[in-house]
Amino acid sequence: MVEFALPKNSKITTGKTWPKPEGATNVRKFKIYRWNPDDGKNPQVDTYFLDMDKCGPMILDALIKIKNEIDPTLTFRRSCREGICGSCAMNVDGINTLACIYGLDEIKGDVKIYPLPHMPVVKDLIPDLTHFYAQHASIMPWLETKTNAPAKEWRQSIEDRKKLDGLYECVMCASCSTSCPSYWWNGDKYLGPAALLHAYRWIIDSRDEATPERLDQLEDPFKLYRCHTIMNCTKTCPKGLNPAEAIAHIKHMMVDRAV
Amino acid sequence: MRYLTARKRAVGKGAAGTGTEHHWYMQVSAVALAFLVPAFIYIVGSAIGGTQEEVLATFARPLPAILTGLTLFAGVMHFNKGAQMMIEDYARGSMRKALIMFVIGLSYATIATGVFALAKIAL
Repeated sequence: MVEFALPKNSKITTGKTWPKPEGATNVRKFKIYRWNPDDGKNPQVDTYFLDMDKCGPMILDALIKIKNEIDPTLTFRRSCREGICGSCAMNVDGINTLACIYGLDEIKGDVKIYPLPHMPVVKDLIPDLTHFYAQHASIMPWLETKTNAPAKEWRQSIEDRKKLDGLYECVMCASCSTSCPSYWWNGDKYLGPAALLHAYRWIIDSRDEATPERLDQLEDPFKLYRCHTIMNCTKTCPKGLNPAEAIAHIKHMMVDRAV
Repeated sequence: MRYLTARKRAVGKGAAGTGTEHHWYMQVSAVALAFLVPAFIYIVGSAIGGTQEEVLATFARPLPAILTGLTLFAGVMHFNKGAQMMIEDYARGSMRKALIMFVIGLSYATIATGVFALAKIAL
């Protein structure tokens, strides 16, 4: 059966509380998930205090400040700092989002930061996304053509190009897939919202000639039909995309070719 | 411990080539039930409060009997498919297969019992 409780070695304990910054008047508390694969201990939640008068406005600013000034062992991914690379996806105040574009002012009270849920953790706030990326690769995220390549370029009308809007913007941060209960329970087989949104992006591309093969590849009770339209994916997407709608379109296409 | 590449794990055994029929059946039965259930509730509601003979007479009439039979069939088959999906969500391995077999058996047994009762009343 599905495991509804954390295994013993994953139960979270109370961690270290770091001292408050001296002389600060605008202090905020940060509770951050910590786990080190090398020390053999259970995960813990460490408490940090930051002087908000000397901190940037985003969650990532606070994390970088903590790493630079308080605890250099705090581990997290980050790169672009503007919501393009998708590296800094994490669970902030119960919401999967990108730390770089989520404002500290959007959170009331203590700031609680955890890694993306229901994924194996590499260290601290870094989830293991190996399987997630392999699922993305499995949907053939590239243009498949059978016609000989044109001398100049594959042409596309403005209307057909517009169909890719709301799809191509996905940065593969995994916020949607890791917010999906179906992906939690059956992530080994279910492709999840992110991979399916990308699958639809290539299915709907007017230049792509592998639509039947792509649909064949998704015709499966687990790969596609584990989506129960829970909509967590759409609610949490930090880029404001709608993976649930893309999945619904794929299901429509499946029915259209069968009935 | 198995040394499989991430891609091999992701692809697994490949697509089963089914799923759309199940999805479409759920859609069709849901639409059918949207009409059948209110009609069935109306029939049952109008029969409530009558004597046993009056209730049996109601369900002996062709329209209530056929409507009841259709509601029973569509409703239980909808349950059957929905429960299968729920089992697939939460159960694993042999337990999954055993539970699906049980639910399918239970569904057909329920339909057979209901049809027998209806036939006894209506015929």
